Amino acid sequence: MTTATASAPTNKLGLTKQDYVGSKSTLCAGCGHDAITAQIISAAFESSIEGHRVTKYSGIGCSSKTPAYFINQGWGFNSVHGRMPAIATGASLANRNLINIGVSGDGDSMSIGMGQFVHAVRRNIPMIYIIEDNGVYGLTKGQFSATADQGSHLKSGSVNNLPPIDPCTLAIELGCGFVARCFSGNPKQLNAILKAAFAYEGTVVLDIISPCVTFNNHDTSTRSYKHVKDHDFPLHDLGFIQYSEIEEVEIPAGQTEVVTFPDGSKVAIKAIHESYDPTDRFSAMKAIHESMAKGEFLTGLLYINPTQPPLPQVLNLVDEPLATLDESLVKPSPAVLEEIMRSLM
Amino acid sequence: MAASLATPAPALGAKTRINDFSIQVATVNGSGSQTANTVLLRAIFQMGVFVSGKNLFPSNIAGLPTWFTIRASAKGYVARKASNEMLILMNPETAKEDIAKADVGALVIYDEPLQLDKLRSDLAFIPVPFQKLVTASCPEPKLHKLVKNMIYVGVAARQLNVDMEEVKKAITKQLKGKAKAIEINQAAAVAGYDWALENLPDQDHIKVVRDNKTQGLIIVDGNEACALGALFAGVTVVGWYPITPASSLVETFIEYAEEYRKDPKTGKSTVAIVQMEDELASAGVVLAAGWAGARSMTSTAGPGVSLMSEFIGLGYYVEAPGVFFNVARTGPSTGLPTRTQQSDVELCAKCSHGDTQHINLFPGNMEECFQFAYDAFDLAEWFQTPIFVVTDLDLGMQNWSSKPFTYPTRPYNRGKVLNEQQLAEAKDWGRYKDVDGDGICYRSLPGTPGGKGSYFTRGSGHNAYAQYSEKPEDYVEVVDRLKRKYETAKTHVPKPVFRNLGSAKGILAFGSSDPAVIEAQDILAEGGLKTDYLRLRALPFTAEVDAFVSEKKVVYVVEQNRDGQLANLFKEGYPEFATKFKSVLHYNGHAIDAKCIVDQITAFEQK
Ligand SMILES: Cc1ncc(C[n+]2csc(CCOP(=O)(O)OP(=O)(O)O)c2C)c(N)n1
Ligand code: SF4
Ligand SMILES: [Mg+2]
Repeated sequence: MTTATASAPTNKLGLTKQDYVGSKSTLCAGCGHDAITAQIISAAFESSIEGHRVTKYSGIGCSSKTPAYFINQGWGFNSVHGRMPAIATGASLANRNLINIGVSGDGDSMSIGMGQFVHAVRRNIPMIYIIEDNGVYGLTKGQFSATADQGSHLKSGSVNNLPPIDPCTLAIELGCGFVARCFSGNPKQLNAILKAAFAYEGTVVLDIISPCVTFNNHDTSTRSYKHVKDHDFPLHDLGFIQYSEIEEVEIPAGQTEVVTFPDGSKVAIKAIHESYDPTDRFSAMKAIHESMAKGEFLTGLLYINPTQPPLPQVLNLVDEPLATLDESLVKPSPAVLEEIMRSLM
Repeated sequence: MAASLATPAPALGAKTRINDFSIQVATVNGSGSQTANTVLLRAIFQMGVFVSGKNLFPSNIAGLPTWFTIRASAKGYVARKASNEMLILMNPETAKEDIAKADVGALVIYDEPLQLDKLRSDLAFIPVPFQKLVTASCPEPKLHKLVKNMIYVGVAARQLNVDMEEVKKAITKQLKGKAKAIEINQAAAVAGYDWALENLPDQDHIKVVRDNKTQGLIIVDGNEACALGALFAGVTVVGWYPITPASSLVETFIEYAEEYRKDPKTGKSTVAIVQMEDELASAGVVLAAGWAGARSMTSTAGPGVSLMSEFIGLGYYVEAPGVFFNVARTGPSTGLPTRTQQSDVELCAKCSHGDTQHINLFPGNMEECFQFAYDAFDLAEWFQTPIFVVTDLDLGMQNWSSKPFTYPTRPYNRGKVLNEQQLAEAKDWGRYKDVDGDGICYRSLPGTPGGKGSYFTRGSGHNAYAQYSEKPEDYVEVVDRLKRKYETAKTHVPKPVFRNLGSAKGILAFGSSDPAVIEAQDILAEGGLKTDYLRLRALPFTAEVDAFVSEKKVVYVVEQNRDGQLANLFKEGYPEFATKFKSVLHYNGHAIDAKCIVDQITAFEQK
């Protein structure tokens, strides 16, 4: 832990932002994934997240390398391609106190790992599930992924003829209670959403458009930095207010909608793009589909329903971490074995 | 109705096989015959006679042929026996074929309208008017199909001289508390018994005579025994996916967990059980839960292990614990999903790409299923690696009699885990540093406060400090240490057990082959060929195995697969002795029997 210098601001835990960094990134300079990493660090710092409770999971890809680049105080698990959700599921069940962050790519989640993505969302695993979405397989040098737009071109000139899979509408369809789309080039929005995500109990799906500057940043790409910037339609101004801060912060009345989480935290949503109601699943789906048809990226909190119970609650698990339950709580007595043996005689 | 129940004295002749016979019952699956067959088996067991039951069932829910064999053995042989002394033929579809295959002199109980008695003259036919008896004994027509089976139980009981009181008791036990069903089934069994008493001449071919061999024993299957081992081992996370013949392991565990794994104060569960979307996901859950400090497990069969193999390799390389039960079935591919085989030996020994070696436990009976399941969790946490507990359909799903299990008093060994204070005191801790020289490193658990102990787990190249590395020396250091760790396991896994008759000729087998090998050993000895038998109970091979292999002139490796997979591991492990290993194989989906072992060894010996 670094000692706070006079100039470095500290959070409620007395930590500086430097306490939330990770190892040095080895990604290409300008890669969107690094911008996301920077916001994870900021949001964790600003939310006063306890680093030792953080677990960071990933699959395989450039995006999946990034858990090494933030929150060194946490435990990382870079697993196998497309299977991060199972890792998050197992660890989050073993220890309910963990703060679970999963980082994946569009290839990792929407192709090889589609089955695990779908089922983790369906189970409402307590985790922030980040898809760093660049429309290509970065690490294997630029093949199309399943989120690539129909008609978009690779650098080599080849065209994607198949329709894209949209992680957000899919997540909403699967019953996810917190679905957002962001752009790595809009740090303010991403920061607010990540902070809200930290306060959410179940699965948060964040599809973050994150340009691959090496393989998918050319003029004919629909995922280039410029193209996304030009077609980014932020839905609203978001403010996130942690429960502990509520008395100090005044939520503006009028145009602002407020969603309250079970812990009392609130998200204040001030619409800037028409009237969009992120608590209405059906109208949200409609609006997203309409904007996609126009080639726009509707970004912001697309859907929110803070009342869904996460898996450990559904399974009615004891409050303490299963991992460290004492032997006396999990090993039945000799009398139990005797009773069972008698029933088998 | 005749005054039954008082069992008449049995007719015994010079050639009567007393408590030494096999009965095969042919029925249609889904007809409820499993209950009837278990009742007959239990009734013989309650007569104090060793019995084993083997259900040969199809991969189908209802309507296909199924066979159940019950073997009684005064000597305690419980392997499948190749010949049957009594047939009960209830399935018109297979009756003719069953008759064609019947052993000379067999008693054949069958449904009268099938008119099987015309087919052969060297069998003793016992036609039974099942329909008439059902109608008379059961007032509810819709139950006739189910109850019909209980009639053959009554007829067979009478023919074998099994006490009707024992049959009734077995029915009560089998139908646990369902008063109406017990009444109806008992009435049907009595109807069969009474009819046989009045209408059939007594036979002196095979008989049950009360004995005291089974007092205090239990009847259980291997999946339940493993589930109980896991229950007492305090498993806290289970991720699984249904597959025959492994499903009932977790399903039985779920039943026990409902009862015995609730916090008494809050009623909340002390174990998380999740039916995953496939086996690969199950493996991920198991390893990640183990990584985070839980005791975790899954149960599956060959197809599941194939699917899991990418994660198994990860678990090996990042050193995450987890217990993997493989209840093997007949492969390759879907193979014969409801038949037994030991054909995943090499798969589980080296599961996943790259250089991988796994600790395997091979229980050979019910007590070992219980004990090894318990031990597996200690081994997984001590060695920080996936552990395979390999059984098969024969052990896992068939009924076995066993001594009751002894309470595992040994406290859990949670392995080399550093807590907050230990981490604070540790100098220059590295997740993959071999401090003790046994290849086993010290780990920390996610969530440990204090700011020390966090590390990055990765399936890619890493050094002793868990940092990313592609340096040749770092890579080699880690994989060589993993090999050292595997060497260390040699002194921790269960040692083999021996049945030595005093010979330079060895037999080597594992798991469910055990009863057939013991019987074969006796038959061979009667014929003048003595053998020493080593039953392997784990991988890696221990010092006792080394000694056996080097001492014996020849080693017959008995296993239930086509390719001699265990023999292959031996040839690889002991290349200097490679020519000693001779494969004795059985792989048609049925459980191995003594005769096939005797025949193959005899053939080798005559060469
Ligand atoms: C089983 C398996 N198949 C293929 C690969 C090769 N592979 C590595 S990363 C990757 C694609 C990654 O794409 P994405 O998730 O979009 O990540 P990005 O690099 O674009 O951030 C592939 C196919 C692998 N590691 N494992
Ligand atoms: S290849 Fe693309 S995705 Fe990968 S690091 Fe470079 S810019 Fe980022
Ligand atoms: Mg990608």
